[in-house]
Amino acid sequence: MLEIKNINVHFGVIHALKGISFTVNEGEIVTLIGANGAGKTTTLRTISGLKKLTSGNILFEGKDITHASAQERVKLGISQSPEGRRVFSSMTVLENLELGAFLRKDKKKISDDLKMVYEHFPILADRRKQAAGTLSGGEQQMLAIGRALMSRPRLLLLDEPSMGLAPLLVQEIFNIIKNINKTGTTILLVEQNASMALQVADRAYVMETGSIVLSGTGEELMQSEDIKKAYLGG
Amino acid sequence: MEQFFQQTINGISLGSIYALIALGYTMVYGIIKLINFAHSDVYMLGAYFGYVCMTSFKLGFLPSLLISMVLCTLIGVMIEKIAYKPLRNATRIAVLITAIGVSLFLEYVTMAIAGANVRSYPPQTGILDQSFNIGSINITMQQIIIVSITIILMVLLQFIVKKTRIGKAMRAVSLDSDAAELMGINVNTTISFTFAIGSALAGAAGIMVGIYYNSINPLMGMLPGLKAFVAAVFGGIGIIPGAMIGGYFIGIVEVLVSGYSNSMYRDGVVFAILILVLIIKPAGLLGKNTREKV
Ligand SMILES: Nc1ncnc2c1ncn2[C@@H]1O[C@H](COP(=O)(O)OP(=O)(O)OP(=O)(O)O)[C@@H](O)[C@H]1O
Ligand SMILES: [Mg+2]
Repeated sequence: MLEIKNINVHFGVIHALKGISFTVNEGEIVTLIGANGAGKTTTLRTISGLKKLTSGNILFEGKDITHASAQERVKLGISQSPEGRRVFSSMTVLENLELGAFLRKDKKKISDDLKMVYEHFPILADRRKQAAGTLSGGEQQMLAIGRALMSRPRLLLLDEPSMGLAPLLVQEIFNIIKNINKTGTTILLVEQNASMALQVADRAYVMETGSIVLSGTGEELMQSEDIKKAYLGG
Repeated sequence: MEQFFQQTINGISLGSIYALIALGYTMVYGIIKLINFAHSDVYMLGAYFGYVCMTSFKLGFLPSLLISMVLCTLIGVMIEKIAYKPLRNATRIAVLITAIGVSLFLEYVTMAIAGANVRSYPPQTGILDQSFNIGSINITMQQIIIVSITIILMVLLQFIVKKTRIGKAMRAVSLDSDAAELMGINVNTTISFTFAIGSALAGAAGIMVGIYYNSINPLMGMLPGLKAFVAAVFGGIGIIPGAMIGGYFIGIVEVLVSGYSNSMYRDGVVFAILILVLIIKPAGLLGKNTREKV
C-alpha cells in the first residue's frame, strides 16, 4: 500500500533521512521504532507532505505521490496524528473533529464517522463542547487520533501516541489502535515505547540516525538481543 | 457632560476606522505572525479608489465603497503573493523589512501617479450631508453611516470566521499551520483569503475616512496605521474581538484627549497607552500571557 523508496531528507546541512526504504502492506500495523532524533517524525512528515524530500520516491497504492501536496495526500487517504498531539487548542472538541473531515462533503457519512470516533473514544463525546486545550493529555491524544480518523484514512500515521501517558492509558490507547486496525485501517505507528509497539505490530523497522538498521516481524524483533538491550531495557 | 457625549460620539466614529484597520493587522499577524506594514497603505489606496469613483466616475457612496473594497482586496492578495509568499520560510526580520519596503513602494507609487498634494473628496450631498441634534449634541449622518457599516462588516466577519469553511480554516491555520495542513487545509489559499478580508476592511475604512475628513494624501496611512496597530496590540494581537475593542478604545481616548486638553497630546497619549500595555499586559486586553512559541 505504501512504498518508501530510498528517500533522502535534509534540514539544511543535517542529513536527517539517509536513503531509507520500507513498505507498509494493506491491513497491517507497521511500527517504526528508534531512539530520539533517529528520524521517525521526519519520516512521517515526509509521507504526509509537510517536509519536502531531496531524493527518492513515495508510492501510495501504486501511485507516485512524491510531489503531491499535503491536501492531495489527505484526499488519497493518508492521515496523521502528529507528535505532540497538536490539537487546535482554542477550538472545541467537535470543531477539531470536524476539521478532520475538512475535505469531505458527504455530510451523512461524516456524521457516521463522528459516531464511530465517539465509539472508540466515548470521553470525547462528553467533552465535545469543551475547548481542546482544556482536555487532559490523554484526552488530547484521543482527540488527535479521532481527528485523524475523521478524514476516513486508508493509511493512518500515528506519531508517538503513548507519549506522556500513564501506563493504564497507554494500554488503552494501544487497544484502540488495534481496534481501528481491525476495522480496516492500515497503520504506521511511530513509537518510543518499543515493547508495546512490537506487541501490537505485524512488522517493525528500527531506525538509527537516519537509517533503517533492522526489520522483521514484531515477534522476531522482540526476541532480538540487540533490540532487548537498546530499546526494551535489557 | 454634553461635551463628553459629543466627543464620545466623535470618538466612536474615529474608533470605527481604527477598528477596521486594526482587524487587518490582527488577522494577518494571527495567521503568519507578520506585522504587515503595508496594510496602512492599502487603507490609503482605499481612500484614493473611493476618490476616483466619486470624482471621475461620479458614483455614489455605496457603489464607491464596494468598488474600493474589491480593489483593495485584489491589491492585498497581490501584495501577499508577490512580496510575502516567496519569503514563507525566511526569517521574520526579512519579511518585516519587506513589508516596510512594500509600504514605501505603495506610498511613492501613489505619489507618482496622483501627486503628493492633498486632495479633497467631493462635498457630500443628500443623506450624507445631513445631521441632527439630540439636545445640544450633534450627530452627522456620516457618523451614523460609518458606525453602521463598520458594525455590519464586523458581524459579517464574525460570521465568516466562526461559521464558514474558510473561516474555520483561517482559525486552524492561525492556531497551528502544520496541523491544519494535515487536515487537508490549503495553507496558502487560507493566507491569501486572510489578506483579502483584511484589505477589504481597510479599503472600507479608507473611503469612509475620505467622506468623513474630506482630505486624503499618499502618506495618510502612516499615523492611523500606527494607531490601528496600537489598537490591535491593546486588544491582543491576533485576536479579532480584541482589535475591535482596541480600535474603539483608541479612537475614543484620542478624541477625548484632544477635546479636553491640548490636541497636540492626542498622538502621544496613544503611544503612551502602547507602552503601558506592553509593560502591564504584553499579550493585550484579551490575550493570554503565554510565551511566544518558537
Ligand atoms: N525543523 C528541523 N530543523 C532542523 N533539524 C531538524 C528539524 N526537525 C528535525 N530535525 C533533525 O532531524 C533529525 C531527526 O529528527 P526527528 O524529529 O525526525 O527524530 P525522531 O526520531 O522523531 O525523534 P524523537 O523520538 O525525539 O521524536 C534530528 O537530528 C533532528 O535534530
Ligand atoms: Mg519524533
